[in-house]
Amino acid sequence: MSEPHHSCCEHHDHHHELVVQGLRVSYRNTVALKDINFATSCGNRVALIGANGAGKSTLIKAIAGLVPRSRGSIHWRGTTVRRWSREFAYLPQREEVDWSFPITVRGLVEMGRYPQVGWWKRFSRTDDESVESALETLDLKDLQNRQIRELSGGQQQRAFLARAIAQEAHVLLLDEPFTGLDRRAAGQLGELLAQLAHEGRLIIASHHDLGSAPRLFDEALLLATHQVAFGAVEHTLTTAQLETCFAP
Amino acid sequence: MTLDLLQNPFFQRALAAALMIGFANGFFSGFVVLRKHALSVSALSHTMLPGITLGILIAGALTQLSAFLGALFAALFVGLGSVAVARGKRIAQGTALAVLYTTAFAAGVAILPHLETRQELEHWLFGEILAVGTTDLWITFGIGTLTLLTANLWIRPILLTLFEPNVAAAQGVPVRRMQYLLFTLLALSLVASLQAVGCVLSVGLLVAPAATISLLTDRTPLLFWGGGILGAAGSVAGVILSAALNLSAGPTIVMVLGGLFMLAWLFSPKYGVLVPGRR
Repeated sequence: MSEPHHSCCEHHDHHHELVVQGLRVSYRNTVALKDINFATSCGNRVALIGANGAGKSTLIKAIAGLVPRSRGSIHWRGTTVRRWSREFAYLPQREEVDWSFPITVRGLVEMGRYPQVGWWKRFSRTDDESVESALETLDLKDLQNRQIRELSGGQQQRAFLARAIAQEAHVLLLDEPFTGLDRRAAGQLGELLAQLAHEGRLIIASHHDLGSAPRLFDEALLLATHQVAFGAVEHTLTTAQLETCFAP
Repeated sequence: MTLDLLQNPFFQRALAAALMIGFANGFFSGFVVLRKHALSVSALSHTMLPGITLGILIAGALTQLSAFLGALFAALFVGLGSVAVARGKRIAQGTALAVLYTTAFAAGVAILPHLETRQELEHWLFGEILAVGTTDLWITFGIGTLTLLTANLWIRPILLTLFEPNVAAAQGVPVRRMQYLLFTLLALSLVASLQAVGCVLSVGLLVAPAATISLLTDRTPLLFWGGGILGAAGSVAGVILSAALNLSAGPTIVMVLGGLFMLAWLFSPKYGVLVPGRR
């Protein structure tokens, strides 16, 4: 792996904080998510844990600005995030992506730069360099001209991470990143997320495998349409709390 | 014989129209293929017929202008309407489109027997590129320039939207507006190709070129530019071939493009079904 080309904490004494306060999401008359209150900072890996329908994906999407928040607020680095932030990158579940889309790995990573470059301007040398560097960091250099369907599951996940890194996102919002990966690919992805967090990014991912959570994440947020618990992963995933969360 | 034909102003205009329409629609076929939107375009193209009848009803006569405006109005109404209905998320856009376009088509069919111009309507169903006048050429040129410029200005947000709307929205792309824009551009392209290939066959021009290119490359920009060049070349070849074989021009254009697609499907180095060792 190459040297980290970008770190959000390098030049700061304090850590960048993400604060979510009183968040609620409703669809028409159904409350999908309520009373979400937590604060975390860059450098952390946060797992969102809960049963199906507990609101994991909804929370990811609410932070990314993809579903309207009916109440509550999100602050990042001291400013309110109104709808979306360029410093957040959303990585969808793999099955939601149209992998047959005629685009190469490099093309996908370049898409991450579009907001920086603007809708009209040409790619500058800096833009090309960030694309190169993102491809290198995620070890995709040799695969850059492949069509995205020709990648393995782990490589596809890495391609989207490279896109997020080219975007210079500080907060990576991943929806079930480990689903469908074999052990080896899951292991690699785990190391990669650790490295990205170490470089100063904040990683928030929905996750359904309780067994691997302590190894892969620093903090956990237990969800059952409301927030059951939040904190360091080993303190949060206690039997009592998991029972509340997964009770039938 | 060919030289004679080339000096014929009707034929010259037909070639110019084929070149322009072929390029613009070939370019836009890239969006259609990326969005897997061929059926939507088919729906929009069928919407133009009731649009034309509506135009006749309001204007009282079948003129170039009444047909163009009627077709454009109907295509925009149904296309943008389907995006709006799908907003609620309860109804998928394809479903909305199917309901809206069949309703519009039904209205057109109901009005049709009461109009005096049923004979001429055939031109609009299958096109008559040899009847293209100088004004039509200018209209085609105008629409083509406008749509191509607009598409190129917004191609990045459009591509982001087409690839994965959620990721696009998280990057700050106004996804809904991009969808409206795309449907508007598609409606304009369809209307611009009315004279050349007519309502029914316009779908071919707006799908086949990029569908062919997508079998030959994985690079997204090539879909658009390659589609444009293939569309232009295929359309010009179609017009020349139709004169040589004494066939109607519109159908010949679509057959040429369809034939090229079949060739790519069979023999594409990477995706061709007859190529051994393809992935």
